[in-house]
Parts: sequence; structure tokens; C-alpha cells
Amino acid sequence: MYQWNFAFLVDFRGLLLSGVLYTLGYTVLCIVLGLLFGLIAGIGQLSPSKWINSPLKAYVEIFRCTPVLIQLIWFYYALPSLLGIEMSASTAAILALSLYGGAFYSEIIRGGIISIDPGQPEAARALGMTKFQIMHRVVLPQALRRMTPPLLNQSIMQLKNTSLVSVLALPDLVYQGQLIVHETYRPLETYTLIALIYLAILLPTTTLVKRLETRTAL
Amino acid sequence: MTEAMIEIDGLHKQFGDNVVLKGISMRVAKGTVVALIGSSGSGKSTLLRCINLLTIPDAGSVRVGSHVMTYSGDSTQLPKDREQAAFRANTGMVFQHFNLFPHMTVLHNVMEGMVTVLRKPRAQAEQEAIALLEKVGLRDKAGEFPHCLSGGQKQRVAIARALAMQPQVMLFDEATSALDPELVGEVQAVMRALADDGMTMIIVTHEISFARELADEVVFMGDGVVVESGPAKDVIDNPRQSATRLFLSRFNGKSPGRDESPRVNRC
Repeated sequence: MYQWNFAFLVDFRGLLLSGVLYTLGYTVLCIVLGLLFGLIAGIGQLSPSKWINSPLKAYVEIFRCTPVLIQLIWFYYALPSLLGIEMSASTAAILALSLYGGAFYSEIIRGGIISIDPGQPEAARALGMTKFQIMHRVVLPQALRRMTPPLLNQSIMQLKNTSLVSVLALPDLVYQGQLIVHETYRPLETYTLIALIYLAILLPTTTLVKRLETRTAL
Repeated sequence: MTEAMIEIDGLHKQFGDNVVLKGISMRVAKGTVVALIGSSGSGKSTLLRCINLLTIPDAGSVRVGSHVMTYSGDSTQLPKDREQAAFRANTGMVFQHFNLFPHMTVLHNVMEGMVTVLRKPRAQAEQEAIALLEKVGLRDKAGEFPHCLSGGQKQRVAIARALAMQPQVMLFDEATSALDPELVGEVQAVMRALADDGMTMIIVTHEISFARELADEVVFMGDGVVVESGPAKDVIDNPRQSATRLFLSRFNGKSPGRDESPRVNRC
């Protein structure tokens, strides 16, 4: 029977803490940039112009339908050699994860916008509002309320996806875990603890989602 | 005839193969009320929507006050978003389903156009909005959200919201059709008061007796054309065309039944 022993991990608390901070930092960047890409792609796909909506649809489908791990590696190794731009591992990772998340965000945002009763933009149009004003004052504020729970869900995925940056040797929580395992040969305790740390970070968020879902069900 | 406030010339509109307006021309004198009647699909709502460009006509011209929009059928020559917006701001529109903004209070619904489109200072907009709510009898509901109001109250707020833009004309698209019968009266009273104030109005309605009482002129539409028009009482009491007679005989002075069941308020 395996003898569980978590005590040795106390010695690595500094490493684990820096891993947590890296993970949170990447998460924030990937959520903010992802939302920005998602907003552009979500609204842009609703444009009647083919020149605007087709490339955005292509972007969404390519990033939704390919593994994020491959996107990450592709951004780091293939893109620089194709475009001749050197990209740091960090930049490549953030760009790939943000574009990946953005593809999913865009579908949530597009869905939220088209779920608004067409009478709403129509009434705003009748008041003489411009397209931008209608979006900003009438459609988005209403859509946002419906979009918040799925956007938060996707953001939870974003946090967990940052664990993949470890393949580019970026020192996030999972990467630090790997270091600890290499040194101590105790993967069971190490990865269990890491899973528990993710759980501790995300549990409050999922509870919030649940509460928002019951509130927006009104 | 006094000066025409609204002038429509040769208006055409088709959706796919379905030709809805087949060259409509009409004039509405300043301060008069015109009722558009006709069966469903006759094009009356489309005509109304073309007057404030919610539906863009394929061809023809629309003039409201000093604003003119001309359409040639060439889709590359469409007026800019901003020009169309300015045109719409000058024509108030009231919808069958109210379309109040659910995320704003009653007061902010009325203020929205004044602040966003007319760029009035908030304090001034608020004062004017309260005065308008007073006018439609809903001063005490200013702080409520739309879902707390009855259908009749919602529609009166929608009228105040449209009036806030100080439009030269008001358009009513079946403004009382979605209301429970006992709530129709309060909305009609507000419309009557507006007409008495000298507002130029076009109303699309199925309430024939209301049209007869309120409107100066009645336009009967059928199949995308004006079949008959004239002074309200003449057209309704002594229709000349057989199509008008057939249509009116189905009402016998009564309004058609409403299919909407009463809504429950959650407040």
C-alpha cells in the first residue's frame, strides 16, 4: 500500500506560490485579451458584409476545432519561422491561449446579442440612435446580463488552459509541480496538491456562476 | 389644403418576391390624424415603417417636415447611418409591443433619446422626462422598471419616450393591439390628447370605431396600394369601393378579438 506523505511539499512553498502567481497572471492576460478578441469576432460576425464576417468566422472555426496544445506549439515554433518574427515563449503562449479563448467567447457574445428581442434595437433606431449607440446603450447592456454565466464558465476554462504553457517551459503552477516531481520522485502527492490548489482557486468562481445563473433566470 | 407635413411619393418595397408596397403616394397635412386601415398583409405597417426608415424603401421618396429621403433602387446610393438616424429622431414611433428598454427605469427610458441623441444635459433631460410622464399620467412610476407596469402603462411610457425627441410627427403601429381590452382606453386617451394638441399623427389600427372618432382622414390599403381614402367618417360610413365595404363589414363597428392572454405582473 502506497504511503502518502505531503509533509515534504512544505519545503517547496515558495516555488508553488510563484507558480500560482504565474498561473493567475497568465489567466488575467488571457481572459482580458480573449474577451477583446471575442468581442471583435462576436460583433464582427454579425456584420452583413462578407469581407468582415467571413474571415472572423474562419478564425473562430479554426481555433475552436483544433487542439489548443497544438496551437500553442504552432505559435511558438511555426509562426516565427513563417513570418520571420521572433516571439518569446510567453508572448506565443498568451497569444495562442487568448485567440483560442476568444473563439469561444465570440460565440457566447454573438449568441447573447442575437438573443435580444429585435424590438429593442428597433426602438433605439426609431429614437434616432446610431448603430454604435444602439449596441452600446441598448443591446450590449441587456446581452451582458445573459452572457455573464457562460463567459465566467469560459474564463474558468481559460485558467485551466494556462496549465498548458508548461510545455513551453513557462514556470506556471503545473511546471513548478513538474520540477518538484523531478527532484522528489513523489508525483502523486505533488499533483494532488496542485489539483487542490486549482480547486481552491476555482470553487468560489463556480459558486458565483451558480448564483448569477439563478439571478439572471428572472 | 394647409402645408403638408408628410409627403410620400411613389413608394415601392418588396421583400424577396413579395411586393408589399406598389407605389404609394400620400400627403398628410400638418396637425391632422390619418388612420391606415386594411387587412393583415395589406402593407400598412410596412408603409408606416418606411416613413421613419425602420424599413428602407426600394424606391420613392419620403419627406417629413424639412427632412427628405429619396431612394432610387440603387443599394450603393443609400443614405449614411447618421443621416438616417437624424431623420428617425424627427419622427416618433410607437410599437405594438412597446419595446421599452427593460434594463432602464421608466424615467431613464424617457431620458435616453434626449441624452444620447439630442445630447441634452442630464438635469434638463430629467426635468423634461418628468414633465412628459406627468402628461401621460405616470409621474409616480418614474423610478419603476418596465416589467412592473401593466401593458397600458408601458405603452404610455413608450409614447412619452417618443415625444421626448420632440418629433414633428408621431407614428403608431397598432399601439393598442397587444393590450387587454380594459387597458385600451387609457392609451387611446393619451393619443386623443396628443391629437387635440395638434400633433401630426399616422396610426395603423384595427380599431375601426377609434379610427372613425380620432382620425381626420382614413386611408384604406389593400394589396400594396391605396384603395380608398378621404375624410374618416365618409370612408367608414359610406365606403365607395367594394373591397373597403367587404373589409368594414367584417367589423360591424366592433374591433376584432385579441388573442393575447392577460399578463401577470411580478411586482
